[in-house]
Amino acid sequence: MKRLSLFTTCLIIFVGCWVFLRFIVGSVISVPIPGSVVAMYMGLILIAILVHISVEDSRFREFLRPLRETLVDDNRRVRRRVVAVLVPLVLLAYTYSIFAQRANPPGNPRDAHPSPPLELTYKDEVIGKMQEVENPFRHYEKDEPEAFKAHVENGRRVYYQNCFYCHGDDLDGQGHFASPLQPLPANFQDPGIIPNFQESFLFWRISKGGPGLPAAGTPWDSAMPIWENMLTKDEIWDVILFLSDYTGYQPRTFGEGH
Amino acid sequence: MRQHQQTRLDIRGVACRFKKPLLLLVPLILLILLQTLAPAVAQDMSEAEYRPFPKIGSRNAAWIAAQLHLLFGSFILGVPMFAVIIEFIGWKTKDARYDRMAQEFIKLCMGAFSTTALLGGVLVFILIWCYPKVMSKLSGIFGPTMIFYVVLFFGETFTLYLYSYGWDKMQGRHKGWHLFLGVLLNVFGTAIMFVSNSWLTYQTSPGTQYGKLSDTTRQSWLESKLAQNPGMTQTEAMEGITDATVIPLHNETTGEFLATVWEAVNNFTWMPVNIHRLIGNIAFGGSIVAAYAAFRFLVAKTKEDRAHYDWMGYTGNFIALCGLIPLPFAGYWLGREIYMFNNTMGINMMGSLFSWLFIIQAVMIGVLFIGANYYLWSGMGRIDGAQIYARYRPYMIAIIVICVAIWMTPRTLSKISTSSELSAMGGANHPHLGLFGLMTAKNTAVNIIILTTFLSFLFYRRSGKSPTASWKKVGNIAISSIFFFSAVSIVVIGIVGFTVPTDLRVNVLTPYQVLIALVVMVAVTIIDIFMYRKATMSGTIKWGEMTDRSQYVLILLAITFTSLMGLMGYARSGLREAWHIFGVMQDTSPDAFTPLLSEAVNIVAIIMVIFFALVGFIFWLGLWGEKKKQQAVPTEMEEAD
Repeated sequence: MKRLSLFTTCLIIFVGCWVFLRFIVGSVISVPIPGSVVAMYMGLILIAILVHISVEDSRFREFLRPLRETLVDDNRRVRRRVVAVLVPLVLLAYTYSIFAQRANPPGNPRDAHPSPPLELTYKDEVIGKMQEVENPFRHYEKDEPEAFKAHVENGRRVYYQNCFYCHGDDLDGQGHFASPLQPLPANFQDPGIIPNFQESFLFWRISKGGPGLPAAGTPWDSAMPIWENMLTKDEIWDVILFLSDYTGYQPRTFGEGH
Repeated sequence: MRQHQQTRLDIRGVACRFKKPLLLLVPLILLILLQTLAPAVAQDMSEAEYRPFPKIGSRNAAWIAAQLHLLFGSFILGVPMFAVIIEFIGWKTKDARYDRMAQEFIKLCMGAFSTTALLGGVLVFILIWCYPKVMSKLSGIFGPTMIFYVVLFFGETFTLYLYSYGWDKMQGRHKGWHLFLGVLLNVFGTAIMFVSNSWLTYQTSPGTQYGKLSDTTRQSWLESKLAQNPGMTQTEAMEGITDATVIPLHNETTGEFLATVWEAVNNFTWMPVNIHRLIGNIAFGGSIVAAYAAFRFLVAKTKEDRAHYDWMGYTGNFIALCGLIPLPFAGYWLGREIYMFNNTMGINMMGSLFSWLFIIQAVMIGVLFIGANYYLWSGMGRIDGAQIYARYRPYMIAIIVICVAIWMTPRTLSKISTSSELSAMGGANHPHLGLFGLMTAKNTAVNIIILTTFLSFLFYRRSGKSPTASWKKVGNIAISSIFFFSAVSIVVIGIVGFTVPTDLRVNVLTPYQVLIALVVMVAVTIIDIFMYRKATMSGTIKWGEMTDRSQYVLILLAITFTSLMGLMGYARSGLREAWHIFGVMQDTSPDAFTPLLSEAVNIVAIIMVIFFALVGFIFWLGLWGEKKKQQAVPTEMEEAD
């Protein structure tokens, strides 16, 4: 059996990777990957191929050989003509595929996380510095487990009375009202949500809701209500305890610095 | 006639030699002016908080001058560190090539030194003119350190001149003293950097931990807190304060400075920035030297020159790699300290306003690692007997590229997705790829990249050599096992990192990953050194027989390092947002906004163009001088005949 040329092998690897990302990962293993991310990965794969073929002169010449033959070798006239027709056709098809797309608005350009203020407030009352404020009931977890349990239960009650419509009964952001919202409600089961923030940050997000988000990084378009108008301070702290208790993720704390 | 000519030449030479110290005096004079004018400027505060810089604006002017000063500064601080080590190696091995190369490095440094000083002067001038109130505030706090800076600057200048001009004269029995001068030069240079770092880190983190404060400062802070909160008792004021609590060094209402100069110097991010820059300088210096060597290699006319500059390029890249490998660890420490100083600042940095810069950073560091490995693999092409390692290369490329892909995958994809893609993903985070956006995945990827790069270097080191140790088989099995099990451990720790509290991950798991990578590098190096101690040479290194492509990679690495420093410098400085001194002195100038990423990238690009134009000019001057010298020798000889 004739061995494939290096050029053909590289081409197969490149196309194979695209098929894998676009169809295998994007449909079979997981949900579709955004085109920009696929392009980023394909760029890296191209770099990997270029590195592999160009490290040694001999390999580089071997890679270029079919290209050179196609372009200048008299015996490769047919191939040359096929390529001469195929290249513009591929470009044409690509251009058409871009223009033929339905109008698709861009995604929300919001930041990953809003920038919190330096001070944490509840209505007009200053609770303290964002960095320093702790959940006043957190210490019950060690000191008074029964009292802690009671606060978690209260948090559960608050959650299922107010939050679960959007954030879902499994806290995964899949509530009944979730689907029309853009951005979608936070998924607390995601390991990147609760563990990344202090409880004071979560308090701020709950108490101020969408309208209390900072001017920087707009538009936020968050449908989150201003919960400090409807919940007491203690209820907000309790619901934070419930979120971490239910998901098993601990909010961020800080050890000692250098 | 000839004597007259000689005198003229001497005068010209003396004049040239004086030009550089004269340039060095520029920042010195400006600093003295600053000290003298500070009270006057302070009085003038109400009249002129800011003065506009024509056309480009004050912030852009200060930004460009500061970044250029930093780039040149980084070069002239980094190069002497490895120049003195190379000189030492040359002295001990009695190999004159090392000595020649080290001297060549210092020659490059000399050219850049006066430019650094000049840019420092320009920066001080811009700051005094455009930001008198800020400078007044800073000089009021850091006055004594500015005087110390001037003293250090004198020390560094004269040591550099002695070190450079005394090179040829201090050979032989004076070599030890010459090396001592080199060490002294590095001490001065590092101290200068530490002093100036204290000013800028203070602007970002004007606070330190309670445990590090003097009793007087603690008392002043307590009194100011009680004054701000009438009715508060001392016990209430001290509630929740531990030795680790970050205490502001200012009265939070009046902005009055409450601490000592040392406490301001030893602020929260000072030491992490010092270490990060120290290592960064080595990597940057190495990369610029390698780029210079690459350029000389590409234009070289003789085989000898190609061989010399190939070797110089290899050494520069090796030094850059030595700096690059620990750099992510130092950067991680700095990031952790920023989070610890102020969580809001940390979130802004990694999850909000500046988070996309870190994606660009990942791309660039990816380029650096891929480029550095590419150069090593290319270099193996000029060593007989290195081909046996070529079969591992595709796997190593795949590992590095997969890790870079993980590192550069953003956590939140909303900015780069269409609305239909967001709906298909069920939110801004991809349910699976989104995990790559978390730090535990990225740290794992970085450590694996570092280990793979180390493996490349190990293969390079082994190329053309055959070990004669009787235990070579056992040794190879041990090394393979160390690599395998450490990689598995790093990945397992990374996976566990998704499930544990952040505090545990940041303070325990990630340091363990780093520790594993470091232990592997040390252990494998020791085993390898012993295994190859009496190795027979099965092939020689054919210096000068590198591909031109590999030399362009060296130039690309230098460009990437420069742009990376520019962009991440913007992140470090921009983190303060609308504050000159975070939480203490607000920026009320027309520039008090965070520029768009695109605007920042444009400014950094302009800085890079200016930097490389200046560096190119300095290198060209060196080349020109060299050519003139070469032409002068035969002419003088002819005259003598």
